[in-house]
Amino acid sequence: MKLDFPLFPDSASTFAPQLDGIYFFALAVSTFFSLLIAAAVLYLAVRYRRSEPNAVGKREKAGLWLEISWSVIPLAIMLFMFVWGARVFFDARRPPADAVEYYVTAKQWMWKFQHPEGQREINTLHVPVGQPIVLTMTSEDVIHSFFVPAFRAKMDVLPGRYTRYWFEATKVGTYHLFCAEYCGTEHSLMGGRIVVMEERDYEAWLGGAGSATPRIATGAELFAAKSCTTCHRPDSNLQAPYLEGAFGREAELADGSRVLVDENYLRESILDPTAKVVKGYQPLMPTYQGQLSEEELLQLILYIKSLDGGGPAGGAPTSEAAS
Amino acid sequence: MSTAEPDARTQPVASKLRPWGLAHHFESLSQQQDASYFGMWIFLVQEIMFFGGLFTAYIVYRTANPTAFALGSDSLDLTLGAVNTAVLIGSSLTMALAVWAAQTGRRRTIVVFIILTILLGGVFLGIKTVEYGHKWHEHHVPGPSFHWDGPEARGVQMFFNLYFAMTGLHALHMVVGMAILAAVAVWAWRGAFTPGNHNLVEGLGLYWHFVDIVWIFLFPLLYLLGRHAG
Amino acid sequence: MSSNETAPTNYLNADYGVRSWLFTVDHKRIAILYLIAVTFFFALGGLMAVLIRLELATPAGDLVQADVYNRLFTMHGVLMIFFFLIPAIPGVLGNFLIPIMIGAKDMAFPKVNLASWYVYMAGGLFAAWSMLHGGVDTGWTFYTPFSTAFSNTYVISTAIGGFLAGFSSILTGLNFIVTVHRMRAPGLTWFRLPLFVWSLYATAIVQILATPVLAITLVLLIAERAFRIGIFDPALGGDPVLFQHLFWFYSHPAVYIMILPAFGVISELVSAFARKRIFGYRVVAAASVSIAVLGFLVWGHHMFVSSQSPYAGVIFSLLSMLVAVPSAVKVFNWTATLYEGSVSWETPMLYALGFIGLFTIGGLTGVMLATMGIDIHVHDTYFVVAHFHYVMVGAVLMAYLGGLHFWWPKITGRMYPIFWSKISALLVFVGFNLTFFPQFLLGYLGMPRRYHAYPDEFQVLNVLSSAGATVLGVGYLIPLVYFFWSMRYGKRAGDNPWDAFGLEWETTSPPPTFNFPATPKVTLEAYDYTGRAEARLARTQPVRSSP
Repeated sequence: MKLDFPLFPDSASTFAPQLDGIYFFALAVSTFFSLLIAAAVLYLAVRYRRSEPNAVGKREKAGLWLEISWSVIPLAIMLFMFVWGARVFFDARRPPADAVEYYVTAKQWMWKFQHPEGQREINTLHVPVGQPIVLTMTSEDVIHSFFVPAFRAKMDVLPGRYTRYWFEATKVGTYHLFCAEYCGTEHSLMGGRIVVMEERDYEAWLGGAGSATPRIATGAELFAAKSCTTCHRPDSNLQAPYLEGAFGREAELADGSRVLVDENYLRESILDPTAKVVKGYQPLMPTYQGQLSEEELLQLILYIKSLDGGGPAGGAPTSEAAS
Repeated sequence: MSTAEPDARTQPVASKLRPWGLAHHFESLSQQQDASYFGMWIFLVQEIMFFGGLFTAYIVYRTANPTAFALGSDSLDLTLGAVNTAVLIGSSLTMALAVWAAQTGRRRTIVVFIILTILLGGVFLGIKTVEYGHKWHEHHVPGPSFHWDGPEARGVQMFFNLYFAMTGLHALHMVVGMAILAAVAVWAWRGAFTPGNHNLVEGLGLYWHFVDIVWIFLFPLLYLLGRHAG
Repeated sequence: MSSNETAPTNYLNADYGVRSWLFTVDHKRIAILYLIAVTFFFALGGLMAVLIRLELATPAGDLVQADVYNRLFTMHGVLMIFFFLIPAIPGVLGNFLIPIMIGAKDMAFPKVNLASWYVYMAGGLFAAWSMLHGGVDTGWTFYTPFSTAFSNTYVISTAIGGFLAGFSSILTGLNFIVTVHRMRAPGLTWFRLPLFVWSLYATAIVQILATPVLAITLVLLIAERAFRIGIFDPALGGDPVLFQHLFWFYSHPAVYIMILPAFGVISELVSAFARKRIFGYRVVAAASVSIAVLGFLVWGHHMFVSSQSPYAGVIFSLLSMLVAVPSAVKVFNWTATLYEGSVSWETPMLYALGFIGLFTIGGLTGVMLATMGIDIHVHDTYFVVAHFHYVMVGAVLMAYLGGLHFWWPKITGRMYPIFWSKISALLVFVGFNLTFFPQFLLGYLGMPRRYHAYPDEFQVLNVLSSAGATVLGVGYLIPLVYFFWSMRYGKRAGDNPWDAFGLEWETTSPPPTFNFPATPKVTLEAYDYTGRAEARLARTQPVRSSP
């Protein structure tokens, strides 16, 4: 039997060293204080062990400066860790602007992926090394969680909304993918592999994975096939808002409130069109609930996002805070 | 007060006479009374947190679906709701009078006012039943048979989820209160309460006022807020 | 003092027969009822832990099927949390000791106290019924929409069980608060109260304010599951993350419902076996209350990767750091109490010192988890499992056992075998570390929790953990045996076998039904061992006037 006995996980993303850094700091602090307290307890318990049966301890001396120092010092260390940790966390949540978007749809108990070029995979995701990748994720049933230990990050995958997860792989190899949120019978088998490849190997793999329609083209087809164009076009101003350049901007709703047009808003407006109607329009649009699969929804949204009307600064990524 | 009996087990030495109605583990009637009221207040704090979870859900979903919640409010019968509010406030008055009667030792008056309170509670629940009946016929009860003509059906259904959860839980509290009131009326008739020892009536009064106050919050949240004129 | 021929009347021999126990309103007898019940549920939950560890000895899911495994860890969690950890110290030690420690004859509401036990047992019955019919597989966290729309197990009856256990916990807390406020003996001011009373008072605040939120959450969950009305199910317009918020609003403070009473026990033990007033009494008491209050503001640290806004996460992370300060202060104060004390290494003290070690590790790893940048990797892995077992099993169970060993002579009037008790304390400490320390490594390696099968490279650490669990199991079994044994054959303990300070040691062992022959008057500060020694000296040499 081969003894495969790692004590520390692979490190394969740009984010991993950052997380390991704060982890090692916290580990050092914890080890120091654990040993300090253990040593103090043992020393004091031996040094002041009872000398005769009726002996009592000395009356305590005032210890105000002690109380203050052992409140303030741990607090200072923890606040330092808090700030550091929050910075690392925000890095993990803010994909870079040049990240390529992949789709992830989770269901009991499998992961479905779609590449930008349209290729589909189940439970295995091939990605190129050195390329920032952002995953837009949703679930068809219960809550799952996308977890790749070698990348040191995880994000819950929820039904009915989109969450995002980004990484930039730094090392070619095959890494575990786990579902980290309990999701039913085969939760522990809902795993898979992330295969990180050299750029040219990845291109070759994409070619070998069969020709596929790019997602954006599928989205455009859906936009026509589902008759979206009947109303959402420049010359039907009174019926429905024209969608060019709408993404990433704020829209004013019928009740006067404002909403950022992002993936989650588009999703809601397709599935529950009357919920947040843009000011000046009637709630006429029928629901597409049940008529589009999660993947088709994503493709449709991708197409709408791509509609850049050439207006002033159209489609500027104002939606920086993910989900 | 006159039928004091010494408790041999607790006070083996002292010859102090224990007043009637004083439980074995208290030193005095006033301590017993303090403990009893304090306990009821703590219980009500607990109740506030219990309803608080529902109010939180209400705030979250109202913020997410303001229009739908206004539509839901519109579909409720404002007249019945307002009448019910008046009825419940009336029952709080009769309850307060029952407590006053207990404090001043008017045995029959306690019973009369408790029965009045129960009756007013019954009227409230009766009107509530009528309202529920309307909703049932209009298919506004959430679940598979829910039907809504108009926009924002999902949001409106969420409004009715919360409407039924909140008013239902409130009604359940009233039913429990009325059952205890009935028992207390019987004890009061038998003369169980004296001016010095009527914790149960007073504690129950606190409970009844609390249930009333919950409705005072529910009525504007469910019937009035965002309602369109007319 | 107590002779063997005629046992004086006490709460145990005041009356006999099943009815005298099942209809008792005596807080001490109710404590015994709780003791029997929590021991039963602990054994049941422990049995499931044994099966879980056996299953995890091999990477493949070969001992039980996935569905069975999921039910095992769910019921293990439900039983251990709702039916053991939450009621254990308040229900057994709290019920027994609080009235005695404050010089009262009973709780403020003895009938409510008994009712709380019956409500708890009813909850246990629902949980047991669910188990007998095939159990429940949602995890003790009941996350929606899995629990409301996908699981086809006994979710509703288990949720009712949890609801009832929660209601029982509310009644216990209510009783504690009123009792401490209204029933204290003359002279027993707030700052003369034993720290155990302080910590249970703080616990009671949490029980009163947090548990009702769980209750309403479970009611909504049941309604959604039973009537298909969507409060949390996104398919019906609900928000599953709202469920998580409401659930953790209770379930994070629930951790303090478990650990605060343990803090109280440890304060008593450290003080008694160092024969010294606890260092910084007021600070330790205030720390309990501030943990109880701050504990309400940190629930979101369970949800850093749940799609909660990262800005909310920042606030929760910061507040979680703050709640760690009073916990750290307590550890430092206990340690400082040993300084210039008169330390004896009796069994309860071994448990207390072990507690300090395990709680330190549990607490520090908690700070790691509250650091958002670390949590994003270790969230929902075995790192979390190890952390909360260090706090809830390592710390709380050590404190519970330590407290039981400390007050056993008071509860039963008998002493247990010293040698075996020290062996068991050692076994529990060593076995615990063997079981759960490897799980920290597993967690950082990336093994997610609630996994029935796992990749091969995690096996060595899992086998280590399972082996440690065997030692731990033996450590728990030994006290079970000798406690039973001691009830009949143990040496008579005397009223104050440890020469400890506190009102409970000034009455007989076991105490009489109404605790004291006459209401005691308190003249000394809490844990004033030197003051007591001086008073004793003055009594033996009455002539000399003190300088």
